[in-house]
Amino acid sequence: MYLPHTDAERKAMLATIGAERLEDLFQDVPAKYRFPELNLPQALTEMEAMGELQDLAWANESTHDLICFLGAGAYNHYIPAAVDAILRRGEFLTAYTPYQPEISQGTLRAIFDYQSLITSLTGMDVSNASHYDGATAAAEAISLAYANFRGKRTKVILSPNLHPHYRQTIHTYNHGSPLEITGEQLDISAGPEALIPMIDENTALVIVQYPDFFGRIYDYTALVEAAHAMGALVSIAVNPLALGMLKTPGEFGADIVTGEGQPLGIPLSFGGPYLGIFATRLEYVRKMAGRLVGETVDNRGQRAYVLTLTAREQHIRREKATSNICTNQGLIALASAVYLSLLGKYGLRQVSEICYHKAHYAAQQITKLKGFELWNQAPFYHEFVVRCPETVKDINAYLLEYGILGGYDLGQAYPQLENHMLLTVTEMNSREEIDLLVETLAEVSNA
Amino acid sequence: MNFPTELKYTQNDEWIRIEGNVGTVGITDYAQDQLSDIVYVEIVVSEGEKVNQGDTCATVESVKAAADVYMPVSGVISAVNEELADTPENINSDPYGVAWMVKIELSDTSELDDLMDSGSYQQLVESKD
Amino acid sequence: MLEPLLCDLSVPGRVGFRFPEPDVPLAEIPENLVRQNLPLPELYEVDVVRHFTRLSQLNHSIDTGFYPLGSCTMKYNPKLNEETARLPGFAHLHPMQPIETVQGSLALMYELQEWLKEIGGFAGVTLQPAAGAQGELTGILLIRAYFEARGETQRVKILVPDSAHGTNPATSAMSGMHVIELKSDDRGNVDLQALKAECDETLAGLMLTNPNTLGLFDENVEEVIRMVHEAGGLVYGDGANMNALLGIVRPGDLGFDVLHYNLHKTFSTPHGGGGPGSGPVGVAAHLVDFLPAPVVTILEAGDEGMELPPLYGLESPPKSIGRVKSFHGHFGMMVRAYTYMRVYGKEGLRKVSEYAVLNANYLLARLRAHYHVPYDRVCMHEFVAEGRWPDAPDIHALDISKRLMDYGFHPPTNYFPLIVHESLMIEPTETESKQVLDEFAEAMIKIASEAHSEPELLKNAPQITPVGRLDEVKAAKELVLCCAVGAYNR
Repeated sequence: MYLPHTDAERKAMLATIGAERLEDLFQDVPAKYRFPELNLPQALTEMEAMGELQDLAWANESTHDLICFLGAGAYNHYIPAAVDAILRRGEFLTAYTPYQPEISQGTLRAIFDYQSLITSLTGMDVSNASHYDGATAAAEAISLAYANFRGKRTKVILSPNLHPHYRQTIHTYNHGSPLEITGEQLDISAGPEALIPMIDENTALVIVQYPDFFGRIYDYTALVEAAHAMGALVSIAVNPLALGMLKTPGEFGADIVTGEGQPLGIPLSFGGPYLGIFATRLEYVRKMAGRLVGETVDNRGQRAYVLTLTAREQHIRREKATSNICTNQGLIALASAVYLSLLGKYGLRQVSEICYHKAHYAAQQITKLKGFELWNQAPFYHEFVVRCPETVKDINAYLLEYGILGGYDLGQAYPQLENHMLLTVTEMNSREEIDLLVETLAEVSNA
Repeated sequence: MNFPTELKYTQNDEWIRIEGNVGTVGITDYAQDQLSDIVYVEIVVSEGEKVNQGDTCATVESVKAAADVYMPVSGVISAVNEELADTPENINSDPYGVAWMVKIELSDTSELDDLMDSGSYQQLVESKD
Repeated sequence: MLEPLLCDLSVPGRVGFRFPEPDVPLAEIPENLVRQNLPLPELYEVDVVRHFTRLSQLNHSIDTGFYPLGSCTMKYNPKLNEETARLPGFAHLHPMQPIETVQGSLALMYELQEWLKEIGGFAGVTLQPAAGAQGELTGILLIRAYFEARGETQRVKILVPDSAHGTNPATSAMSGMHVIELKSDDRGNVDLQALKAECDETLAGLMLTNPNTLGLFDENVEEVIRMVHEAGGLVYGDGANMNALLGIVRPGDLGFDVLHYNLHKTFSTPHGGGGPGSGPVGVAAHLVDFLPAPVVTILEAGDEGMELPPLYGLESPPKSIGRVKSFHGHFGMMVRAYTYMRVYGKEGLRKVSEYAVLNANYLLARLRAHYHVPYDRVCMHEFVAEGRWPDAPDIHALDISKRLMDYGFHPPTNYFPLIVHESLMIEPTETESKQVLDEFAEAMIKIASEAHSEPELLKNAPQITPVGRLDEVKAAKELVLCCAVGAYNR
């Protein structure tokens, strides 16, 4: 157990305090509500608790049991053994936010490494220490833009092809705010050029995704130029693993890059904790929410690291802060830093390209089947949309009988995409698995 | 602590120097002392801009604190101290001199009556400590 | 000498990890969309593991020592939790899988919702918020949605006591609310006169931390809540200090309408150097319909006789404020918190709070003669002392904190709450033994004496840490926020 006191120690401590009984310490609590009888289960030993948790875990069918072609914002990738070995170090795991730099250089240096890796990957100038996830990072981009224009620009354009959860989160965050959030009514099959006519001098920010929610990849240079011509900013939500091979948002001229960092060595874990990537250009650094580590020297002349620009943050700016965020995703940012360091220049490009090739092989095979066709002809990364001859629900139920986790049912978020499935292929899917998927779908198409 | 007698002061620790119809605005010696080492200043109004008394004209940051600077009076901004952004430490060393922030053509001189003279401001500061 | 940066370790041509070569034909890649340069490090596994292991050794942590950081509840994080969260059935589960394949996880989330409802005395719980600050945001958004639904849109005023956590005002402002700060009285309670003056038809709510950041249980809490309710407002509880209340009192019984929990404080999920946290929110019956989507619910009841478990599913409450993040929240943290609660059980959880309060009062008793305690009452799980003496005018709380590092302890929280000058906010938690508390008390007493006899020991501290005091002005003025781009591939 995790409680230390013996009866003798408890007595001695109470004597020092000058109290007779433990209960005496709670006199300020209204007596009629004090010490309620809680309807909770009895205590278990570690062995019993482990058994119970194992039973619950076994009641699930995980991506270790099933062949996974499901993505839609959370991806099944291989996690090198070294990542978790580092994460389990108690010195990282059980430390708090590095407010005392003299005894927190480990965390501070790891965040600095993370910031460096993310700026290199995205082609931006600065990265913060991370946000909660891809959705909240996208929402924080709006806070940056709003603060940058000091509230004088009130329009935000969201691509309809941005992850539905990101868009929903943005709406929750901005409910009742003076911002007009528009763009989602546009045709989802169109490319980024469809957004350009909406950009005007009241536009603070345009948000697009890369690859977009449907897996498509576009060169956003023209969009960024059009936005900049109107003085507006552009934020691009990325899949960081795709940036192992794809042109960076920095090269497009983006002002802000956000993203879901989960593909970088973070387990699926039924949806979290994940990692909100947030990077921008140096000129916007003081409008960026979240923690930031900077380099300096100590009084012994050594290079050392410290949380910096803290005057931006909620505990100092209070009601004037850009955001109320306190924590970053410390340990998860560390996981991605270990992952990126280990894979490095060679490994990240390799895995990024493998996903691309496997997805294209799968798409090619599936579209040979009667009744299945690609919804869109735009270039894609490792996800693609297939129009199906049956409902996605029925197809997925059939696939599940063969141990296959089918794609995301797009009709849930886009009524116009009834019977359309978003399929994802990663390095985890062997050619045999892809062929099994195709064969099983063939049975649907022949049925 | 320095409280020049020729200046007018606000509750929020700004000062204004009146020359003809033009006022020069900055933050006081007391304000810079409270903020300690100032590392960043951003002036958020530009020349020709119309501002009201109480509008934010600048943001000042030190390592431990941040503060907005408010306009003591209404009018039209006639000059902005562009060099201050590169030398924020001047606010610590010379708050009433080189570290002025904006100049303003006053639209309503009666607003000056809302401000304090150096004696009242000094009393206010001493009451805070 | 400190560990070099990753960019200084990189050697061109080194490979750290290889994936199997593709077993499918290669597809054509659109040239205009390919990046030319990928400036990442080139290391092998030994470089990487040593680098990060050495970095870890520069940290103070709960696993290596006492961490009495006030309001942060740095309790021991059981190792079992790390094992259960990594069970493949949990760790490798996709959030969008069909519900039939994730019944174990949904059952766990459902039970956790139920237990948090029971502990807090609430009618509903959402597990979605990612951290305490996001739980706060969720809580305030719920209050706003509630008043919108009632047509009381003039209620935009949120009262925040001056002893509250700094996030409270930022959260309220972010939710479009107008923030008014409330004074504390001389016993550290909410000042009832000040509260009364603000109780009008624009009042949306009060954000109350109880016990507050002085570690004191508000002696008038029922009266405070009654006044807010009578004015038509709601009361939000900042649950950061719930570690004092498990099995002691249920905030819902006291009349709190909404409260966020910190799984990473009260329920032992690791702080991880600043996250991930998890900030579930509990609400009274009148707010249940507004909870963020989705919540876990029972779609089809089970049958105990037939040993048929219920069918769990996800549901959007009818007037939901929407979603506050992707997917279902920080599930990995929920597994850890569930494990923790399962091991302690109901009797154990009450003991947690009793011992947390015992430990804090014991330290308070041992230090009272040496440090001024401005609000000196029986405290709850933490207390605030002053780090200054009239006869040692040059010494600040910061110097005491830095000197504590030389004795091998993490310092208390400094300069918070703002209503105490030179504050040292000390929270020992229940997992520390009497021996550790005594060693800490001895160190604090010794430092109090050094402050008077050898103040330079404090001024020059810390000495034994990997780095000394840092030049924070330089860090903020000459911004160096990452290795230069391309530094990996020189």
